[in-house]
Amino acid sequence: MNSSAKTLLTYLAPVLVFACVATIWHFLVLWLKVPSIILPSPIAVLNALWLERSILLKASWVTLQAAATGLFCSAIVGSLVAVVFSQSSLLRVALYPYVIFLQTVPIVAIAPLLIIWSGNNFRTIVLVATIISIFPVIANVTSGLLSINENLRELFRMQSATRWQMLTMLRIPAAVPQLVLGLRISSGLSVIGAIVAEFFVGNSGEYDGLGTIMTARQANLKTAELIAALMACTCLGILLFACVNLLSATLLRRWTRSSGFESDSQ
Amino acid sequence: MGQTPLDSTKDAKITEPTIISCKGIELAFRAGNTRQSVLNHLNLEVKSGQIVSLLGPSGCGKSTLLRVIAGLIEPDSGEVVVDNEPVWKNMPRSSREKLSFVFQEPALLPWRTVWQNVILPSQIRRTHKSPEIRGFVEHLLGLVGFQKSDWRKFPAQLSGGMKMRASIARAMSTRPSILLLDEPFAALDDMLRSKLNDLLLAIAAEQKCTMLFVTHNISEAIYLSDAIAIMSQGRIAERMQIPFSFPRQADLRSTGEFAACYGQVVVSMSKGHA
Repeated sequence: MNSSAKTLLTYLAPVLVFACVATIWHFLVLWLKVPSIILPSPIAVLNALWLERSILLKASWVTLQAAATGLFCSAIVGSLVAVVFSQSSLLRVALYPYVIFLQTVPIVAIAPLLIIWSGNNFRTIVLVATIISIFPVIANVTSGLLSINENLRELFRMQSATRWQMLTMLRIPAAVPQLVLGLRISSGLSVIGAIVAEFFVGNSGEYDGLGTIMTARQANLKTAELIAALMACTCLGILLFACVNLLSATLLRRWTRSSGFESDSQ
Repeated sequence: MGQTPLDSTKDAKITEPTIISCKGIELAFRAGNTRQSVLNHLNLEVKSGQIVSLLGPSGCGKSTLLRVIAGLIEPDSGEVVVDNEPVWKNMPRSSREKLSFVFQEPALLPWRTVWQNVILPSQIRRTHKSPEIRGFVEHLLGLVGFQKSDWRKFPAQLSGGMKMRASIARAMSTRPSILLLDEPFAALDDMLRSKLNDLLLAIAAEQKCTMLFVTHNISEAIYLSDAIAIMSQGRIAERMQIPFSFPRQADLRSTGEFAACYGQVVVSMSKGHA
């Protein structure tokens, strides 16, 4: 199989799977006479998707902004925390349990609290998206900053490098691949965080993200529209993940660049 | 420390001042309650401009000794003096900067180009903008065999041999008076190894620098060195002077004298090992 056929298959195979699942779903709904309030047919969902396209696009844009801002905050704050952790083992030991707390605390449980503190607004959504997505950044970047090749460390020590030089010229560049890895995990989490927060921000009228739309459709038992919004959420997650992948490919070009090495000619 | 009959050969460098002196070096690593002695009352002297190879079985402390001299590992006791300055006891920055290290792996920074890797030590010393340094780095890159078009390549684009050449150029970029090499060619094939041996000799001759070379390869040790120090169980078991004059020719390896010298080293190593 040549490479273009392989590429075609890579894109075609998931589409075919989707088509098969949708067909089975469609005939099962018809055959078992499932009420549309429980499970609408895929055609009804597509119809709802088409009818609500402008609402969903607008809501997706609002949610995307919140999730992307949350992810950006995670990248900045998470990296700064990791730098502090890499410089002081005392701070690392003292604060790491609280970072793990961020990872283990159920976001559904603290979202209402954050709304009380911060209000029914964009800021709260970003805050929740940040909290849920910061841990992979902190954990990965800290590990990247600390696990430096022994020879490279000795090389810097031999030149009497300062702590600052060691950090900026060695540790931080060495941790970039780990940051990218953390961001890949965090991108999905930030979308989850934004949507969960939107469930709680609810119908205040001040904010209209995908989560808000979903809560409203569920209250009105509009199942087809709810599934349509769910599909928009998935697309949003994939979009943000793809953006991070694109960013990582650009960022990591220096780390992974390889166009076949030259032979030793001398 | 015994000296073999081989050192009857006249060596011009023997009259040079001592540049590395290790006296009574003791070092043990501790793991839990166990104490593993690595360097055991070790004495070593290297004259300025000499190339000395440290030969010995794995785990006899060769690499550790190199790191002690480099000031990277502090010995439990004993004295290391490099160019009349004690290592460790308030070792001045200027003294540490006389030394340079070539590691077993090239240890290049993957996000930096060849040029940026080679100029890194000068950048740490904040001297990389000096035209003199830049000129010297250009010269070194040419000397180790890089075309100008290769300077902007990243390590992932280089072969193992080219990476090692860049690593040697980096080590030389600060004009060290002492170059410490920790089995730099261990992972390379024999052809490449002998090419890089000649390159190293050319650099040593041009830069007039002292080299302490750790290797497992007896032939490489004889070809490169003024003297060989055979290490066993954390100490120098024997020191041999190599009777061949510089510059060394590649066909030296196929001579009977070289084979005889090789045989003597093997005998000495097996004695030290016994």
